[in-house]
Amino acid sequence: MAFVTSFPPRRVTAKPGQIAAVALIGLFLAIFLIIPAGTVIYTAFTEKGTGALTFVNFLDFFATDLFRRSFFNSVYVAGMSVVWATLIALPLAVLTTRFDFRGSMVIQTLGFVPLIMPPFVGAVAMQLLFGRNGTVNLLLNDWFGVRIPFMEGLNGVIFVQSLHYFPFILINLSTSLRNIDRSMEEAAQNLGSSGFRLFRRIVFPLSMPGYLAGASLVFVKVFDDLATPLLLNVKDMLAPQAYLRVTSVGLTDPMGYVISVILIIVSIFAMWLSAVAMRGKDYSTVQRGGGGLMRRSLSRGESIVAYGVVGFILLLVLSPHIGLLLLSFATVWSYSPLPDDFTMVHYARVFDESSVYIKNTLIYASLAGLIDVVIGGAIAYLVLRTKVVGRRWLDWAATSALAIPGVVLGIGYLRTFYGVTLPDGTPLATLWVMVVLALAIRRLPYALRACYAALQQVSESLEEAAENLGATKQRTIRRIVLPLMTGGLLAGFVTSFSTAAVELSATLMLIQSNSDAPIAYGIYVFMQSPAGRGPGAALGVIAVIMVALCTLLSHYVIERRQKAIGSAK
Amino acid sequence: MLKTIAAAMLVSAAAISTAYAQDGGKVTVVTSFSKDVTDPFKASFEAANPGFTLDVQNKSTSSGVKYLDEIKANNQVDLFWASAPDAFDSLKGKSLLAKFAPSVTGLPEKVGSYPVNDPDGFYFGFAASGYGIMWNDRYLEANNLPKPAEWSDLTKPEFHDHVAIAAPSRSGTTHLTIETVLQGEGWDKGWGTLKGIGGNLQQVTERSFGVPDAVNSGQAGIGIVIDFFAFSAQAGGFPVSFVYPSVTTVVPANIGIVANAPNQKGAETFVNYLLSEKGQSVLLEPSIRRLPINPALYANAPEGFPNPFKDPRFQSMITFDADVSKKRTDVVDTLFDQLISFQLDPLKGATKAIYAAEKALAAKDVAEARTLVDEARALISAMPVTADEAASPQIRDAFTGGEQKTARQAELEQQWAAFATKNYAEAQAKAEKALSLVD
Repeated sequence: MAFVTSFPPRRVTAKPGQIAAVALIGLFLAIFLIIPAGTVIYTAFTEKGTGALTFVNFLDFFATDLFRRSFFNSVYVAGMSVVWATLIALPLAVLTTRFDFRGSMVIQTLGFVPLIMPPFVGAVAMQLLFGRNGTVNLLLNDWFGVRIPFMEGLNGVIFVQSLHYFPFILINLSTSLRNIDRSMEEAAQNLGSSGFRLFRRIVFPLSMPGYLAGASLVFVKVFDDLATPLLLNVKDMLAPQAYLRVTSVGLTDPMGYVISVILIIVSIFAMWLSAVAMRGKDYSTVQRGGGGLMRRSLSRGESIVAYGVVGFILLLVLSPHIGLLLLSFATVWSYSPLPDDFTMVHYARVFDESSVYIKNTLIYASLAGLIDVVIGGAIAYLVLRTKVVGRRWLDWAATSALAIPGVVLGIGYLRTFYGVTLPDGTPLATLWVMVVLALAIRRLPYALRACYAALQQVSESLEEAAENLGATKQRTIRRIVLPLMTGGLLAGFVTSFSTAAVELSATLMLIQSNSDAPIAYGIYVFMQSPAGRGPGAALGVIAVIMVALCTLLSHYVIERRQKAIGSAK
Repeated sequence: MLKTIAAAMLVSAAAISTAYAQDGGKVTVVTSFSKDVTDPFKASFEAANPGFTLDVQNKSTSSGVKYLDEIKANNQVDLFWASAPDAFDSLKGKSLLAKFAPSVTGLPEKVGSYPVNDPDGFYFGFAASGYGIMWNDRYLEANNLPKPAEWSDLTKPEFHDHVAIAAPSRSGTTHLTIETVLQGEGWDKGWGTLKGIGGNLQQVTERSFGVPDAVNSGQAGIGIVIDFFAFSAQAGGFPVSFVYPSVTTVVPANIGIVANAPNQKGAETFVNYLLSEKGQSVLLEPSIRRLPINPALYANAPEGFPNPFKDPRFQSMITFDADVSKKRTDVVDTLFDQLISFQLDPLKGATKAIYAAEKALAAKDVAEARTLVDEARALISAMPVTADEAASPQIRDAFTGGEQKTARQAELEQQWAAFATKNYAEAQAKAEKALSLVD
């Protein structure tokens, strides 16, 4: 079959342009990721007090029950989250790309919204709905006298994480499904395959690059995420342990940084594993007609079932946002299924300030997304299409950004760039550009995975054909590779953009004044007091709507492009 | 488009900074206080001192301390403003604060039994906070729970799985509460109480605000908090109540001038303003509700507002020995984490088994079972270190990396955790056996 033929060896020699690209990207990653993070994480290899180099901290890590337990808990939670996220994402992706399904675009956008979860407010909203005394449990207790522990222990973390991060799988899998060559499916159908067998044997394997890109992101992101376990007060996982130790007042405890190093190693190992799973397989397709897979129409009965499934999933995954919306209109919401009363005052309170937050957020997040797509696309191209020395290291370095706690990167930026001053004495670290760079570094892995998947589905024979016809390498990239990757690049941009828009942990260290602050910071300063809950939620709703509109816009662009290709045929 | 916006921003930023330069200037303050606290102060300060602008940078207390440490070479911050005295102590120890003598005089030297200001003049108390128990009225009513009044009430079976606390290693204010209990009841009895409460905990949050947030929304019934969290929630209409237990202390929330402040004069102006009657009166705003450090202000306080300078209950509060506390801060926090926070499930399991056995014993007494339950209780309250060991240089240096250490922090943590795991498992087994003897 087409997708098991191995890559023939080619292009052994590297071109000067490629070497320059590797050097430039390497320099960028070194200055803005490796050096800042290194200055902080270095502590992991030093003895406390004397500062002498040592590995004893790593021995201590493995000798401590708590850390071993945390390690296994983290692996378990990340693995189970991938399973549940797949179960949520698969029906949405298949129904919207394989069938004539009204509202596909809306579903794709709504299915993406869970990623846009502003810090703190989302957590509060989730507790109000699913917590021990949240809406659902209060009603269940009233009606049946039972409570379901949605939000407790490791299972609670898995529940929240799968709802939060399944869009990684949805967006990458959908892009992959759209890019599958229709002739593959037709060939299988001619040979008598249909229904679930066709999906299992042909369609799903062909969409593997996208699925693996999404699934590995979910795994690593859940493994490295500290916000959700901390919100649920689950502390025996690795990322929360690292965070708790890095951010305590007073003395520096090397163990926090040891855990960071372990997080980085595991994250890179997981990415390497997903690369191994893809090795020796060719997922590219040559034909670009018809805008991807054939769309089938659903019968009446099938439609009802399909809409039912989609409706239920959307209701579940959007529940945090529904809670957020209720909270933003609520006067007092305490130990009751619904708020006591509704009001508009919270929106009035944040109205004046929100414009500066929105402006900053849009600038920061779109610049960060742009940087990510450019660098992510370049790394993907270098890894998949060239044999330049060091290209895999770029991939791994960029991926390690996932595992570096935001606060570590923030401290690293201060340490590295605060001493560097502009001519008028302003420290470099206080410029808003540094916030953009920190966001770009933090979100680079997302865009990188998307670009990687997109490029894996473009057949090299198309590029060879172009080069045979006399096109230069640059021209081939511009006219052939980039247009064919558009979907994936946009997917990467959207993921980076929308998650950067609500990022807080690294930026909290770098924000110097309210006029430079993004909306996540605005939410943070409200959410520290009882009276600030409503206004904070209102800002959160504004953030979600703003980012969702931008996402909808880019989906609209993708759809139009697909249609344009389809009709041109 | 982006370029235009960016350019416009740069121009406006430049315009603003030149505007600032013309008068008293921009006073930059790093604070852990929420917008609800800082906004009224900013408005009132700028009105009272024309020409000055207050620029608020909001960071959590721990990131604020780290931040000041990282930027000290080229410091751009004038003031640090937060609750926890230990954060200020840590800053002072790193020489990151500047000495100052405020012009406002006549303020009391002590609130309750805690000195208001740093004896060396590096930071100043501007408001008092007492620690106590907050609860959600609707929650208690729905679960038929009585109102707690003392720390020891929280160790009672009826409150099992209803209590929330912030980890003392994360919340300087909770650390002081824990230390107050330990000083008030003594090391062994105090830890007995703390583990008794530990067995009833529903959650240990990693932020101070996590506790009032859980109680406000009704996720937890009872929380151990600083008073103003409860007062401001009440002012916001939440159905919550608050009580000061008899063993507690009032400690000041502080402000200090950062060493090498770019706007020293502005920083001094703000400290003086904050301690003046005008600044102090802002503390009584409904969204803030902190106890002013100036006794005169209580004349304007709302009905029922506590007065730490007059109310007899504050006078009887225990003397808080800051030196004792300082010597064992890391040990106490780590013990709490290793014996309670990270062992919550085993501890709760053992506690629940003891409650079940005691309930059965109350109906039918069996001497052998009674002994087993007592042994189980003793196993839970047993401590891996004594009070003297906790303050010993050997153990302290394990945390600081000093020369007298006999073990690394990670080794101590593992020892203490293993001690707790073993004891709690044995306690649970004994309690279960006791129950089977009675049935």
